[in-house]
Amino acid sequence: MISGHPTPPPLLTLRGATKNFGGVRALRGVDFELQAGEVHALLGENGAGKSTLIKIITGAHQPDTGEIIVAGHSHHGLTPTLAQQLGIACIYQQPALFPDLTVEENIGLRLETGGPGRRIDWRARRIRAIELLRRVGAVIRPDAEVKTLSMPEQQLVEIACAIGAGARIVVMDEPTASLTHREQEQLFSVVRELRANGVGVIYISHRLEEIFALANRVTVLRDGASVGTHAVSSMNESSLIKLMVGREVAQLYPPAESLPGATVLTLRNLGCTRSGVRRINFEVHEGEIFGLAGLVGAGRTELARVLFGQTPADAGEIALNGQPITVGSPGEAITLGIAYVPEDRRRHGVILEMPIAENMTMAIHRRIFPAAWLRFGRERTLALDFIRDLAVKCAGPDALGGSLSGGNQQKVSLARWLATKPKLLILDEPTQGVDVGAKSEIHKIIRRLAKNGLAVILISSDLPEVLGMSDRIGVMREGTLTAVLPGGTSAAVVMAAALGQNEGRGAA
Amino acid sequence: MSRYFRELSVLGALIVILLGLAVFAPAFFQPQPLLSLVTREAPTLVVACGMALVIITRQIDISVGSQFSVCSVCAGLLAARGWPLALVLPSSIITGALLGAINGALVAGLGLPSIVVTLATMVTLRQGLNLLRQGEFVNLPDNVQWFGQSQSAGQWTLVIVALLFLGALGWSMRHLAVGRWVYAVGTDAEASRLAGLRPQLITYGVFVFLGALTGLAAIMNLVQSPQIQPAVGAGLELKVIAAVVVGGVAISGGRGNLWGGFVGLLLLTCISPALTHLHIEAYWEKAIQGAIILLAVVADGIRQRRVNR
Repeated sequence: MISGHPTPPPLLTLRGATKNFGGVRALRGVDFELQAGEVHALLGENGAGKSTLIKIITGAHQPDTGEIIVAGHSHHGLTPTLAQQLGIACIYQQPALFPDLTVEENIGLRLETGGPGRRIDWRARRIRAIELLRRVGAVIRPDAEVKTLSMPEQQLVEIACAIGAGARIVVMDEPTASLTHREQEQLFSVVRELRANGVGVIYISHRLEEIFALANRVTVLRDGASVGTHAVSSMNESSLIKLMVGREVAQLYPPAESLPGATVLTLRNLGCTRSGVRRINFEVHEGEIFGLAGLVGAGRTELARVLFGQTPADAGEIALNGQPITVGSPGEAITLGIAYVPEDRRRHGVILEMPIAENMTMAIHRRIFPAAWLRFGRERTLALDFIRDLAVKCAGPDALGGSLSGGNQQKVSLARWLATKPKLLILDEPTQGVDVGAKSEIHKIIRRLAKNGLAVILISSDLPEVLGMSDRIGVMREGTLTAVLPGGTSAAVVMAAALGQNEGRGAA
Repeated sequence: MSRYFRELSVLGALIVILLGLAVFAPAFFQPQPLLSLVTREAPTLVVACGMALVIITRQIDISVGSQFSVCSVCAGLLAARGWPLALVLPSSIITGALLGAINGALVAGLGLPSIVVTLATMVTLRQGLNLLRQGEFVNLPDNVQWFGQSQSAGQWTLVIVALLFLGALGWSMRHLAVGRWVYAVGTDAEASRLAGLRPQLITYGVFVFLGALTGLAAIMNLVQSPQIQPAVGAGLELKVIAAVVVGGVAISGGRGNLWGGFVGLLLLTCISPALTHLHIEAYWEKAIQGAIILLAVVADGIRQRRVNR
């Protein structure tokens, strides 16, 4: 090595980190490097591997292969305790503090060492808390209970803990997601302060303007691999977006076969204060797949929950087949012909301890059992039909939901909602955590349903899926619909709309 | 087979005990004492059925013993005033249902944890009753005992009523839609809500139902004795919860059935006379019951861990 200009060794180096979850390759050989005194932004679409990378750095996950070099020592994997000892701290979007304890108690719990029998020096504890809070520029009383603090104040307490622990590496995961503009500025000045003190900051954000305002370098992840590390000064918004999405949408998706028919769903200025959804306007037609794209937290699931009556709308109008309706509960939604296949099928979809047949008929008891007693024959016939139609791989209608693979569970969940014979089907992340084969089967099913005249709203964080499947694409951002784009729009344009960058359109 | 493994293993344990008794203490099987034993437990079985539903919905009601006392005393006072049983019975059921409705409203309506709510109602009802009655017994008129029939006819009536009830409810849980709703709510209330069910209403309903059954059980107990003690029903909650849990109804909700609870109750009921017949000191009874409950819970815990993995 030629030592001309001696660069200090990086604080943290990651070499060839890979991580698989089941069949999903979350990270494939990522290299990453963090220098002292830099803010290094991590950028990528939903599911590009940012969270996995962070979890490897904080020791929450161990990489399958690869090494982590911190302060000159190579590790095969970290544990949360080891990461802490090495001076790695993470500030999450939702601070992980104890709400019922005071600020000083929270700081003390993190930083004080010693056995359970030691005597607490309350004076020293308070003095340290005051000092740390001052260093992050927080005007917070040390004896305030954490639950009385605002979200940004709690983040500052987290940062105070990190500084108090002597953290050399601070990871910030979307720290500004819930902050106002002024609070953001305050946070930025803390981050700059950290940088000036030689701390390395890994900064994750979907807001490109923040990256330009704060970061020295940026690493872009795509499909679990790094597509390059660049100096921020050499990039602009459209070149970043291009890096994030820069792939061909391959012909993985079945082609559209139907022409949209009559209008099924009409939304006018729909809003729901409680869930942060506001002024939504769009229409969905018979036989149409309307994709909803956007970043995590943009309000897509929230909108679905409004349409399904879980958090009923408090503003605007919904019309179904031209008739104005109100949806006050999921039960009403089902009666009206709206079906919602929820995002988290393990939690709210398929009941794992229930047989497949019972899972499939759960939403249609009133229809198939009009006399209140169960008709097992009828249930079984219906289940067998769905198992055949949707090609559910299972031992039979009596097999428990929990015995199926993710993709097949999703089909059971789908069957439950198709059994309600809906007019409008809302699919929330239908292929999340599903292997590739089942994924394309589910795509074919969705296409077939649309062809048969169903109106479909497809919510997905998988951008190629939205682009490949949708006849039209609505893009949501911060609780409202920011654009409705035709099918076949390029990924860069959709991404730009999701990020709120109008300039991004030029990159198409 | 594997689906009913838990129920079958409890049944196996029961059969082992019964066989042991047949060999070592055939006196256990003398018809009249056995009938008396079973009759005493008939009201418990009815309450256990209601408790099973509550536990299947992932709730618990530890106030049933106190509800039972209140129903018994109220019914006893009405009977002592000369009300016919045909009126006392529905009054008792309604009293129980109202008490259950209080628990249900607090648990389902306000979303409070059922263990705390029913602990509070347990103590309140019991102490309120003590305060009002000052430990007084209620003497019942003669025509109430055994429904005014002979003892054995009365005993058979109670046993048959309890078994018919078990059969009807067991069938309903499997064959009526509402039975499946109870399971669905206990397994996953949110998923049930998404499927258009009304978890709160169902939770409320099972508490009211348990209360009503407790009222019915109070009458089934009332007809067995000439007077009502003030402490009647004390400890009933432990017995029925234990029977249901031993019988394989998971305390975490959604799993188990009435048949299992029935076998669990038989198992616990057999222990005390078995000890007597085997000349083991009666002090062991509670310890053995406790050990059986512990075994049942540990078995469920291990099973649950295996499922989660």
